Amino acid sequence: MAENYNIPTPKKNPLSAQVNLKKFEKATESEKKQQDVMAPSRSFFSDGMRKLFRNPLAIFSLIVIIVVLALIIIAPIVVPYGYEQIISVNGQSAYAVNLLPFHWSAAEQQAIDGGAKLFPHIMGTDELGRDYFIRVVYGTRVSLLVGVFASVICLIIGTIYGSIAGYAGGKVDLIMMRIVDIIYSLPDLLIIILLSVVLNQYDFSRVPVIGKLGTNIISMFIVFALLYWVGMARQVRGQILTIKQNDYVLAARSIGAKPSAIVRKHIIPNCISVIIIMTAQQIPSAIFTESYLSFLGLGVSLPMPSLGSLANTARSGMQSAPWRLVFPAVMIVLIVLAFNLLGDAMRDAFDPRLRQ
Amino acid sequence: MARYLVKRILLALLTLFLVCFITFFAMEAVPGGPFNGEKAKSEAVMAVLNQRYGLDKPVWVQFFNYMKNLLHGDFGVSLTTGRDIWTTISTSFAVSAKIGIMAVIVALVFGIILGCVAALNRNKWPDHVIIFFVTLFTAMPSFVMASFLLLVFCIQLKWVPVFSTSNPNYVLPVIALSLPPMAYITRLTKTSMLDVLGQDYIRTAKAKGDRPFKVIFVHALRNALIPVITYVGPMAAGVLTGSLVIEKIFTIGGLGSKFVDSITKRDYTMIMGTTIFLATLMIAVNLLSDIVYTIVDPRIKLE
Repeated sequence: MAENYNIPTPKKNPLSAQVNLKKFEKATESEKKQQDVMAPSRSFFSDGMRKLFRNPLAIFSLIVIIVVLALIIIAPIVVPYGYEQIISVNGQSAYAVNLLPFHWSAAEQQAIDGGAKLFPHIMGTDELGRDYFIRVVYGTRVSLLVGVFASVICLIIGTIYGSIAGYAGGKVDLIMMRIVDIIYSLPDLLIIILLSVVLNQYDFSRVPVIGKLGTNIISMFIVFALLYWVGMARQVRGQILTIKQNDYVLAARSIGAKPSAIVRKHIIPNCISVIIIMTAQQIPSAIFTESYLSFLGLGVSLPMPSLGSLANTARSGMQSAPWRLVFPAVMIVLIVLAFNLLGDAMRDAFDPRLRQ
Repeated sequence: MARYLVKRILLALLTLFLVCFITFFAMEAVPGGPFNGEKAKSEAVMAVLNQRYGLDKPVWVQFFNYMKNLLHGDFGVSLTTGRDIWTTISTSFAVSAKIGIMAVIVALVFGIILGCVAALNRNKWPDHVIIFFVTLFTAMPSFVMASFLLLVFCIQLKWVPVFSTSNPNYVLPVIALSLPPMAYITRLTKTSMLDVLGQDYIRTAKAKGDRPFKVIFVHALRNALIPVITYVGPMAAGVLTGSLVIEKIFTIGGLGSKFVDSITKRDYTMIMGTTIFLATLMIAVNLLSDIVYTIVDPRIKLE
C-alpha cells in the first residue's frame, strides 16, 4: 500500500507519546549511499604496513638493508679482485700492502703509467695485500648469512617450544621452563669451544657452504639451536600466557571451539607480529655473537672473512691503518642499526596495544 | 612469601646441580684432556698424572668425588697450574668486580639521568641527541668500541695512559664496560618515564601545586625505575663477573679471561669452579631482583 506513505502526519501534540511516522519512511537512494563503506576494508597486516611505511626511520632502515643487499650481490661481479687474492700486476705481486683507500702501490702505479687499467681499491688493501673492499663485501655476506640463519633456527625452536609451554600450562609449563632456566645458566662459551673441538675431528671441507665457513660456524649454529632459542621461547610463552587470559579466548572456548582452532584463529594471529619483531631483533644479536666469537678466534675459518674477524684482525694494525678497523665497524653498525630500527618500527606498527 | 622463597631456593639449587652435571659430562665427553697440551708426554707420565688427579676413574665416580668435595667447600686445585681454584677465582673476581662496580654505578647514574632528560624533553633536540648516541652504542660490538676508545683517547689524544698493573687507570675500561648497559638503561628509563608522566597521579601532583622538581623526582621517578630494577640485577651480575672482551683489550687479568683460558686449556677443575661461581651468582641475582621487585612495587605479588 504505497499510497499510505503519502498520508500527511497528523499534527503532533508536543506532550503526546505519538510515534513520529517520518522515522519509518523508506530510505531514499541518496540516504542508502551514505551507508556504503567508503574505503575498502583494510586487513590487520595492510594497516600495519601502511603505518610502517609512514615511519621515516623504517624507510631509512629498509633502504639501508636494500643497499647493503644490492652491494653484496653486485660488488663481487663488478670488482675484479677475489677475497683471498693477493693483488698482482702482470703475474707479479704488486706489494699493495696496507694501502689507503683509492691509493696505488708503486708497482701498480707503474702499470697504470704503462697504460694498464686497474680497478681502484675503494677501501684500500689489507696487511697481506688483498683488496679490502671485496673482503668487507664478503665479510658482510658471511655475517648476514650467519645472522639470518641463526635467527631462523631460534625462531623455529623458540616458537614451538614457547607455544607448547604457554598453551599447555600447569606442570608441563613448569618443567619446560625449568629446562629453559638450566640452559640459560650454562656457559655458552664452554659449549661452543667444546663443540668446535669435537667437530674439528670431522672433515667438512667438501660440504658446499659450510666447508668454506669452517667448523666453528657449524658449532655456532648448533649452539644457537641448543642454547640461544631460550630467550625467544620465554617471550613467546609470556605472550601466549597473556593472550590466553583474554575474554575472546574464553568466549571461543565457551561456544565449544576446539583447542587447535583457538590456537590457530585467536592466539597465533595475535602473537605473530611479536614473533616477527623478535626475529628481526635476533639478527643483530647473532651478528654480535659471531663478531664476539671472531674476537676470540672462534669465528669463520681463514681466509674467509666476516665483519667480526675483519675488525678483529684490524685491531693489531690499529695505529698505522685505522681505516681497516673503521670500514667493517661502520658496516656492522649500519646493519645492526638498520635491523634494530626496523624491529622497533615494526613493533610500533604492528603491536595491537600501541594501536589507536 | 616464605613458602615461595623456599620453593624458589630449592629450585635454584636443583638448577645449579643440573648445570654442574651437564657441564661436567659435556667437558669429559669431548676428546682430549688437560694433559695433552703443548709437550707430548710419555704414556707412563700421562698415567701418573691421570691417577694423581683421579682422571683414570670412571666419569661417574669422578663426578661423585667432585660433588662430595664441593659440598665440603673444596673446589680442588687447577690441573694446569696446581693452584687452589678458590683462591684463583676470588683474586681474579676481585679485579673484575672492582671495575664492574664502577661500571654499574656509572651506567646507572648516567643512564637514569639521560633517560629522564630525554623523556622530559621529548621530541626536542636533547632527546634526539641522546637517543642517537644511545642507539649508536647499542649497535657496536664491545670490542670495536673498546678499540676505538683506546685508539682515540690513548693513542691519538694521549689523555689517559695505557692500562697496566703497575699503573692501573680504570677510566677507559670502566667507560667501555658501562656504555652498553648505560645505553639500555637510558632507553628503559625514557620509555617508562614517559609512561608514568601520563598517569593521573602526576596530574594530581601538579594540580596540587607541587614543584616540578618534586613531581619528577618524588612522584614520577620512583615508579619509572621499576623496569630498571629488574634489568639491573642480571646486568650487574654480567658486568661484575668481567667482560672477557674488555679484559682482553685492556689486558686486565679478571675472571672473564681466566674462564676462557681454562676452557682452551681443558683445565677441568677450573672450568667447573668458574661455571659454578658464575651460575650461582646469576641465579642468586635473579632471585634477589624478583624479591626487590615486590618490595618496590606492591602491585606485584609473588605466588
